[in-house]
Amino acid sequence: MAAAKTKNKIKRSVGDQIVQVLIYIFVGVFAVSTVLPFLYVVAGSFATEKELTQRAFFIIPHEWSLNAFRYIINDGAIFRGLKNSAFVTIVGTFVNMAFTTTFAYPLSRKYLKGRNFFMNMVIITMLFSGGMIPGYLLISGLGMLDSFASLILPGAISVFNMVIVKNFFQEIPTELEEAAKIDGCSDIGIFFKIILPLSKPVIASISLFYAVGHWNDYFNAMLYIRDPNKEVVQIALRRIVLLAGGANPDGSPIDFGEFGAPPEKAVKMAATVVSTVPILVVYPFVQKYFTKGVMVGAVKG
Amino acid sequence: MAKNAQPVVAGNRKSLWKQVYQQKGLYLLLLPGLIYLIVFKYIPMLGVVIAFQNFSPFLGFTGSPWVGFDQFKLFFTGNDFWMLMRNTLGISLLNLIFYFPAPIILALFLNEIRCSWYKRLAQTLVYIPHFISFVIVASLSYTLFNVNDGIIHEILLAITGKNIDILSKPQYFWGLIVGQSIWKESGYGTIVFLAALSGVDVQLYEAAKVDGAGRWRLMWHVTLPAIKSTIVIMLIMRVGSLLNTGYEQIFLMRNSLNVSKAEVIDTYVYTRGISGGQYSYSTAVGLFKSIVGMVMVLSADRLAKKMGESGLY
Repeated sequence: MAAAKTKNKIKRSVGDQIVQVLIYIFVGVFAVSTVLPFLYVVAGSFATEKELTQRAFFIIPHEWSLNAFRYIINDGAIFRGLKNSAFVTIVGTFVNMAFTTTFAYPLSRKYLKGRNFFMNMVIITMLFSGGMIPGYLLISGLGMLDSFASLILPGAISVFNMVIVKNFFQEIPTELEEAAKIDGCSDIGIFFKIILPLSKPVIASISLFYAVGHWNDYFNAMLYIRDPNKEVVQIALRRIVLLAGGANPDGSPIDFGEFGAPPEKAVKMAATVVSTVPILVVYPFVQKYFTKGVMVGAVKG
Repeated sequence: MAKNAQPVVAGNRKSLWKQVYQQKGLYLLLLPGLIYLIVFKYIPMLGVVIAFQNFSPFLGFTGSPWVGFDQFKLFFTGNDFWMLMRNTLGISLLNLIFYFPAPIILALFLNEIRCSWYKRLAQTLVYIPHFISFVIVASLSYTLFNVNDGIIHEILLAITGKNIDILSKPQYFWGLIVGQSIWKESGYGTIVFLAALSGVDVQLYEAAKVDGAGRWRLMWHVTLPAIKSTIVIMLIMRVGSLLNTGYEQIFLMRNSLNVSKAEVIDTYVYTRGISGGQYSYSTAVGLFKSIVGMVMVLSADRLAKKMGESGLY
């Protein structure tokens, strides 16, 4: 805070103070704009359909209603989606971390024979890729269509995340490793007993990155999953948002059958709330880690 | 065990095979990742051969007839090529001009804020949209912009007196996409710049102030040079992905009304390849994109090195 103190010593001009106030206002407005839409959606999910049609924007509903949540519970699709996404996210993140950390550790050891060759193998995949169609044909050729494996294995290592982990491993003092070797510990033992326990911040932040990626994934599920029982939450959400508009994707009206037309706007909002809550619950706990994780990644390696 | 110890002592030369054998544990750890890279990255790279075939899933890679560069000719001479290039480059260049500087400006502003709780609260809020899926961003956009009761639509109606249909008029599509990107990612993008800024020596600021530098001169001569190399690295990556417009975002905002400005290479490959079953043609389109992307990253990297920056590779 030395900078703040010296700042106060020097008398500021009026113009300078106006600029300072404008900066505060600009940052404040931008920060508020990032949360206002969510506040409206949360309020709207508890509001009546009538209020949603009458008032364009509100943070607190005049009249509270749980109809939208009743509708999505009855419908069941969003909960099936939540369950499937929870599975893909948990298993997927575990697979990601297993592949990423084991691959990053040998590459972080400068004395590894053939390290340059392996690093070049990684860099080539960053520069060039086969593209969507060969990837799709591979998944279908391996018989992985309509399986959760298709959402987990093809992205098991993100090169970007792997490099962050590798850089973190490189920062760990080599004396620890040498001492363990003298005590007769193998490379694999060092990895599990020394390196991993010392890497909690990077493991936490990279796990978060992977988990958010799995939870938010829409495109891969759209490519690879056809079975409605394996629908993930983002697909279910997209379908509800489109269908609650009262039209099929092709524009024809939907026959709602015995339930009648749903409270469409509130339902969209309730579905959005239910599928976002898991991320927003985890967010405060990992926030302190991910800034660290990104900063480590900023160190070039 | 002495045989497990690494040759830390200089001059302790052993045969290559012996050194490799000593590191067998490391190679074992490397193995799952290597298998992953080969199966899911390198085999699809070989799969691009179907761009030179008339691939049919029933005949397979070996049985499908070879057609040379016919698929590429079809693409380059067809009507879609210029439409795709216009949309893809249009969105990318708008992103480069407006979205790329946004996190830098926001980071510079956050850096000027001395009130620490205000700064921390602002940071916590602006990071949030990064963790929200594009499905939700698309849904929020429909809620806010739709012509029936979207609040932003009503505000625009009150100000301009015109009925502005942002969601389905093609002329607004590029702006909508860039605006979404700025809203979603510029907060999170500040992290890397703020990290670079926190490393600036306070004495530099004090010395500059003693020399009579005002706010703008401090920003120009002290703050910006401190984050210059970070900016260059981010710029290389952005230039390299100029043809990458992101599947999900555009796919989710695209509809039958705005498709003339919304079809980009990525969505086109999906529509033609996966939905249309034209595997060879869409692979050729994808391969064109990959090659142009690779050339651009390498050139940007070379250029950065010439300018005295460290570059990426």
